[in-house]
Amino acid sequence: MSTRKSDAPSEFRETSISEFFEKNRHILGFDSLQKSLFMVIKEAVDNSLDACEEYQILPDIYVEINRSGDDSLTVIVEDNGPGISRKEVPNVFGRLLYGSRFGTLRQSRGQQGIGITASILYGQITTALPSKIKTKQKQEDVAYAFELGINVKENRADIIGEKPVIWEKESGTRIEIPLKGKYQTGKQSVFEYLKESAIVNPNAQFTFIDPDGKKVRIERVMEKPSTPARSIKPHPMGLELGELYRMARSIPNRTLGEFLLQDLSRLTPRTLDEMSSTSGIDFSIPVDKLEIHYMKKLLDAFNSVKILPPPTDCLSPLGSDFIRRGLKNIYGELQPLYFGKPVQRPVSVHNGNPFSVEVGIVYGGNLPADEQVRVVRFANKVPLLYQPGACAITRAISEMDWRGYGFDQRGGKGVPFGPAIILVHVFGIRLPFTSESKEAIAGIDLIMEEITAALKTAARGVRGFINKKEKRSKIYEKFTLVEKIIPEIGAKSSSLLGLPEPDISMVLSKIANVIFVTETFQRNEDHYDIRAEVVNFTRKSATFKLYAEPPGTSSSSETLSFEVNGLEPSRRVILEFSVKGTFNQYPGTDYYFTGIDPVWIQGAELLPPDYFEEELRIEADSNE
Amino acid sequence: MNDSLPEKKFREIISSIHSSISEGEVPEIQMSSRNKDNIVLDYLSSVWKYGDSTVTRSAKSLDGAQYILKLLYMVEFIESMIQTNKSSTLREMYYISEGWNLAKFGAQDESNMMAEDLEVLSSLLREDFKLRPEENGASIIGNITVEEKTRKGEFKKINCKDDVGDSGYPIPYNVEEEKLRIKDVDADFILAIETGGMFDRLVENGFDEDSRALLVHLKGQPARSTRRLLKRLNTEKNLPVYVFTDGDPWSFRIFGSIAYGAIKTAHISEYLAVPTAEFIGITASDILNYDLPTDKLSDRDIAALNSELKDPRFNSEFWVQEIETMLRIGKKAEQQALAKYGLDYVTKTYLPEKLSEIEGFRG
Repeated sequence: MSTRKSDAPSEFRETSISEFFEKNRHILGFDSLQKSLFMVIKEAVDNSLDACEEYQILPDIYVEINRSGDDSLTVIVEDNGPGISRKEVPNVFGRLLYGSRFGTLRQSRGQQGIGITASILYGQITTALPSKIKTKQKQEDVAYAFELGINVKENRADIIGEKPVIWEKESGTRIEIPLKGKYQTGKQSVFEYLKESAIVNPNAQFTFIDPDGKKVRIERVMEKPSTPARSIKPHPMGLELGELYRMARSIPNRTLGEFLLQDLSRLTPRTLDEMSSTSGIDFSIPVDKLEIHYMKKLLDAFNSVKILPPPTDCLSPLGSDFIRRGLKNIYGELQPLYFGKPVQRPVSVHNGNPFSVEVGIVYGGNLPADEQVRVVRFANKVPLLYQPGACAITRAISEMDWRGYGFDQRGGKGVPFGPAIILVHVFGIRLPFTSESKEAIAGIDLIMEEITAALKTAARGVRGFINKKEKRSKIYEKFTLVEKIIPEIGAKSSSLLGLPEPDISMVLSKIANVIFVTETFQRNEDHYDIRAEVVNFTRKSATFKLYAEPPGTSSSSETLSFEVNGLEPSRRVILEFSVKGTFNQYPGTDYYFTGIDPVWIQGAELLPPDYFEEELRIEADSNE
Repeated sequence: MNDSLPEKKFREIISSIHSSISEGEVPEIQMSSRNKDNIVLDYLSSVWKYGDSTVTRSAKSLDGAQYILKLLYMVEFIESMIQTNKSSTLREMYYISEGWNLAKFGAQDESNMMAEDLEVLSSLLREDFKLRPEENGASIIGNITVEEKTRKGEFKKINCKDDVGDSGYPIPYNVEEEKLRIKDVDADFILAIETGGMFDRLVENGFDEDSRALLVHLKGQPARSTRRLLKRLNTEKNLPVYVFTDGDPWSFRIFGSIAYGAIKTAHISEYLAVPTAEFIGITASDILNYDLPTDKLSDRDIAALNSELKDPRFNSEFWVQEIETMLRIGKKAEQQALAKYGLDYVTKTYLPEKLSEIEGFRG
């Protein structure tokens, strides 16, 4: 595990809360033995991923849990992150509230410098043993190995040992924490956490060794580093009174006006002028002389003028590619038939803090149809496994009526039933959570609305997919009817009566006065042999052009085209081609046509006028 | 070649399908709708039959076309049985349909239902089709002599009091004259009993001899042949039929199917229903008057009672009052609850009281 860039000590603040944590650790999520183990690993892994992202490194995360007694475990987390300078190690691992992000704001996984120190402290409280840290920066020849505990009274590291060691890694950090904990499997387990982390970090490789020595590897499926988020200064509308007061006095020898212009975003000399005329604020007061009631007046004054919303380009979404590849990597074995196009909402602002929502959805295949859909929740790229009921994501899903989108839902409320996995990622600066342990996003109206809007767009995709499937099976039914059942009724009734077989063509065109396009397939090792039949059940000869877009093709240049010339009534043409790849359930070829009135064709759609142009545009996009 | 009656009827059905196709029309089959909303009281015979509404199965839809094809296969199968002098159980036919490709049945309910549809369409009985149900174990005991045709083709004479054990004479699946002849009867009435436990109690207590009764074990919802035998004894030998069941909504339905006809077989109610049959009990009033041990009505029981209130067959003063009483007290009781007062109570007290009540009522 690593921490962030650590070469700006002037920005670091310290607060003596180690003692407080010792007595109130449940507030940060260290409540049960299972949960505490989970928290330690989560904090370490989140920090590693944050650091790798910042340094554009493709993460290699190694997690191991050793059992030395019933509840006695040792957690090892190792990464290939940037490493930490020798001088900073005591601060990063030994002091609570030590972090580079205090004062500026950015979207990140970790908490405000509480997490990893809290983990070490938890280990120390429960086992009375120190933790071991090994870290190496790229520019150093050696790594440094520490044994370190925490001096609770003074909120600082207690260095027990320190020595330079040889480590073949280019850079990275390894942390070993002995602790009391309980290993469990299931929905709220360490492994589930890593699995879900892998969904949103398809560019990372995870290795996990459980207490029984069983090793699981989740491979990297993308070679592209994640885009780090930009830092921004706090926006005036998002500040609490105490916070504003503390910030103002943090750097002495400047005026209130200087502080506001330097440390907050979106304030200009003009806004200050406006405020002084509307609210009578004196911006020349030195910050040291400020009193708290004056700050309250200032907060009110922010509301009396128009301040631009915060910049919104500072967020780091997962993006379509990551969501799609991540879901495919982790849930691909369930062979979903439909991978929805991931949905991203425009950025909104809540209390001066920008946020947005992404939703990904997969549907069908071997996913269980009679169970509730699986919801995977993420806040700032961190999987949320606990407190689903309290979370804005679960609540938005439960309050939406899914029945119109092809899902079952009792009374239109609750998590719907259906063969689907829904990924929801809420990301932003200072996301509101229901508690300090950040397990559930608070159900703020605006956030719920944005989640719901994204869910609806994603759900429409599922409905479209289902409609297409139903249409296909209806057409297949009708085809069976005219191709098999009616001829058999004719034959059977004739043989029972000892009469010659009647001409059934009139009846057939009465039942289906169309030209059918259907296909049958033969599965082979690595491809399908497709046999498409075009049968004319109408009373007229037909000429048109048919296009076949095989499943799994991403470019219309792979679309095949056929000429159907003068197909007489009751006659058929057979087209044969093969489709590469294998599917758990063959999803079917999409057929299109041109050159004939759509009322005469079943089993194919009118070719969209921009069908081939669309392709050009997508290609141009991906070349960018 | 001389066709049998079923073959003639079948030919009509097939011809209509065949000629539709030849004329370029979509074939279809029309028949009486066989549900609760389409049964009406036939005043002439006092039984409930299908009314005027019909359903049409058209080959326009896949379901309708498959239905017609299955019907053709079934007809072919029955014709082959008639020609080779064989018969099969309904279950055997269901398994044989495995080989009917596109016309194979999804479940036995479907093939049973279609056999009944074929009865409605042809105005014939299942027995004419050489189809029979599984044995269901219903039996009769009492002083009646019958002749049953054995598989060797000979008629064997059986007295249902002297020639049988304590479980009585098992009622065969076919009780038409060709299979079962009713000879001498020396009894005053028939008591049809729902449960085996009560049947055995009455046999052990000698109720059949003491009261000159024929005891019929219905074995729950009575099979068609059991109801047909009751009907024949009622009309041919003038024996009144009394029905003695548990006191719950499902037992009321047993009585309903004996007296008024069942919804599924309303096309042959005339052959099966005994409109003069009387319900002895257990009634809801019995539960109160005899202070019987009870069970609470389940939600399903309550739903069944409410549905009976909407069933035209139960739309009489007696039934409305009994059903409403049962709903009000929220209780049901088994026939054997009468054992509360001793093993002889049912034969010494309850049945004599109830029978004289009905006799008296009849005046």
